[in-house]
Amino acid sequence: MIQVEHLTKQFGNRVAIQDLSFEVSKGEVLGFLGPNGAGKTTTMRILTGFMPATTGTARVAGYDVWESPQEVKRRIGYLPEQPPLYNDMTVTEYLKFVARIKGISPKQIKNSVQQVCEQCSLDEVRGRLIGNLSRGFRQRVGLAQALIHRPEVLILDEPTSGLDPKQIIEVRQLIKGLQGTHTVILSTHILPEVTAVCQRVVIINEGRVMAVDTQEGLSAKLRKSEKIGLKIKSPSPDCIEKLKAIPGVLNVFHETGLGQDGYPYVVESQLGQDIREELARYVVANDWGLLEMRPIAMTLEDVFLRLTAEELER
Amino acid sequence: MRHFWTIASKEIRSYFNSPIAYVLIAVFLIINGYLFFSIVSFASRQSVQLLRFQGAAPQINLNELVFRPTFHNMSVVLLLIMPILTMRLFSEEKKTKTAELLLTSPLTISEIVLGKYLGALIIYLSMLGLTFYMPLLLSIYSQLNWGTLLSGYLGLFLLGSVFIAIGLFASSLTENQIIAALASFGLLLLIWLLGWAAATVEGTGMGEVLSYLSILDHFDGLLRGLVETRTVVYYLSLVALGLFLTHRVVESQRWK
Repeated sequence: MIQVEHLTKQFGNRVAIQDLSFEVSKGEVLGFLGPNGAGKTTTMRILTGFMPATTGTARVAGYDVWESPQEVKRRIGYLPEQPPLYNDMTVTEYLKFVARIKGISPKQIKNSVQQVCEQCSLDEVRGRLIGNLSRGFRQRVGLAQALIHRPEVLILDEPTSGLDPKQIIEVRQLIKGLQGTHTVILSTHILPEVTAVCQRVVIINEGRVMAVDTQEGLSAKLRKSEKIGLKIKSPSPDCIEKLKAIPGVLNVFHETGLGQDGYPYVVESQLGQDIREELARYVVANDWGLLEMRPIAMTLEDVFLRLTAEELER
Repeated sequence: MRHFWTIASKEIRSYFNSPIAYVLIAVFLIINGYLFFSIVSFASRQSVQLLRFQGAAPQINLNELVFRPTFHNMSVVLLLIMPILTMRLFSEEKKTKTAELLLTSPLTISEIVLGKYLGALIIYLSMLGLTFYMPLLLSIYSQLNWGTLLSGYLGLFLLGSVFIAIGLFASSLTENQIIAALASFGLLLLIWLLGWAAATVEGTGMGEVLSYLSILDHFDGLLRGLVETRTVVYYLSLVALGLFLTHRVVESQRWK
């Protein structure tokens, strides 16, 4: 649905994005992850036809964004970082205006506005001036604006920034609901967001793609050992030494911060070797009081930090 | 091209959603009303004097005595208030980031520029239409030459069209509305002053060029009832120039 090939954008001497390539298939929700200033917004602006790239091509639904911008714009819904709202219009007025400029036929405008208001839970504020709405409602009007012409592709630039936790969950659920029918690119610098809604992640830093994969794929690729978290009620003083003696265990360390109800440890073992059974048996045999045992998956934080660290080493 | 009316109607609505349109129209009507009143009372005193000295009612030309000075005054008022009408057209969209919505919608830049121009032009036309009470009032008491009068209104319309095109251009340059207003005022004043420069070098080839470029010479011709092709062409080319430059500026800003 979206193909980005060797995209580069320069602002004067400053390189905003460099040789960016990735693909998004139909119905997929792609997370676009990177620190502030990594080039997320620039990439999205090129995809939406707001600004041209210096070199490289981007295709949306088979149309080149540079050669046939009108075709692309018809198929894209775009929510910029700051929702583009007219404060002096009511929600209905605004959505009608957007419907018109997006090329919805006059007969269907009323219907489209009605549908999108329901979809984004805007019915209670339809008659109110946008300038008087709270941040959460403004964001939802912005989302409604992007959805109104039922675009095949949705590009959302930090859709949850500035919302309170309840609103964040609502917006995420809305985006999750679009999966399958719409192709979505979603940018964020909040890692749990990607975990919550995205199927695949593109990690970019300083304008370059560092990784494209599913979250599981990424953590599997970057993991150097299996990690298991243990919580023990009354460990003996030499328990770290004893745990290290179990075959397959590479390292054991005390996790920082004392738990309320026991002592947390992290046990690292060789990749591909499951030592959980052994470990449990050993702790129970020593009567230390096994409270908890869980595999520790790599979080996106770890993935991200590892990737940027590796970049520095090179 | 069908979208440009959507943009125009949005502009008109937003003029009336904010107090701008009301305040502008009120100021325009009050100042012009006052000027019209003083010109008419001066003219009536003058005609009474003429009647007394010459013993018979002379043919008083109201177009010459009342409307030419009134419209001249109106043009000065326009010079001062038109930049306020046009300053928000692009600046506000840039400031509030709504430009991003327009430029990522399936609209062409021409549609956006023309739509905004037409929106402001319609506000101006309604302003101008409301001053039509002046000739209607005087036509009750005297004979008016309607041809000359309408030619004067054509002059005001063309003058305003140029002012709006230039103001639109100034507004496309910046996201600060005050700077947009100042820049368009500066540009308008510059065109205005060309006429004075022409007067100082009169008789030379340069003087002829400058006087053709002077917005006031053409305007005065229309007030006297002279509708010439070169005058209309002059105004329309200024409008086209303003719109063309605006289009270029909006297009080029995508590259930055």
